[in-house]
Amino acid sequence: MSDIKIRAKMSGDETTVKCLMSHPMETGLRKDSKTGELVPAHFIQEVVCRTKDQVVMNASWSGGVSKNPYLSFKFKGGAIGDPIEITWKDNQGETQSATATIK
Amino acid sequence: MIDAKRRTLLKGSLTAGSVGAAVGAGLLSPQLVLADWNATAFQAKDMSTALSDLMGSDTAETSDQIKIKAPDIAENGAVVPVTVETDLPGVTAITIIAAGNQTPLVASFDLGESAVPFVSTRIKMAKTADVVAVVKADDKLYQNTKSVKVTIGGCGG
Repeated sequence: MSDIKIRAKMSGDETTVKCLMSHPMETGLRKDSKTGELVPAHFIQEVVCRTKDQVVMNASWSGGVSKNPYLSFKFKGGAIGDPIEITWKDNQGETQSATATIK
Repeated sequence: MIDAKRRTLLKGSLTAGSVGAAVGAGLLSPQLVLADWNATAFQAKDMSTALSDLMGSDTAETSDQIKIKAPDIAENGAVVPVTVETDLPGVTAITIIAAGNQTPLVASFDLGESAVPFVSTRIKMAKTADVVAVVKADDKLYQNTKSVKVTIGGCGG
């Protein structure tokens, strides 16, 4: 079960991709309210979006992106039924990937 | 400049597929991939350092063709929706900066050939400040700003 939700919809010749990832996105600057210690940084650094082995978008993030990040982008040249693959990697080396088809 | 070339090369080898597939399968250490992530730029404490590290220059021409959609007043600084859209031709990258944050560089998007210059995401803002969008088009930098008033900061502390 993947924690990335993807919606890809075509209108005209543009495909709009919306996705939600589930991630704490800790900046490393926040203090734990109970212990008063800094919460270690844990955030997504890279997001890659591919369709049919072609990279549509490659994002680099800092901890400044909100918790459970939302991302939306558009591209041309997609077709209904084409796969959209989104992969993220965080600063602790975790990685996750999900695929959806264009509707 | 050499650094920028190296990054392009790394990116190129990733898109070549075999490396990407190997990483996906967990065969390679994540460090190899993260070499692409520009640590100096993302950890920079001021905007101009971040920009020159990331884009190679900190001078950008102000352009009205870049549209930033963000609330005038954000009640919760932890979640500020930001959409950047432009009709400039030949856009290869869009960068979002929250000028008042401890590390101002929030996100940078490298757009592929087929991508439309549009990105939308949600960012954290520590205090009332400008949201700056820097767009790289035809190897030139353009920017536009929008001020967002934050009533509750979103970077903890």
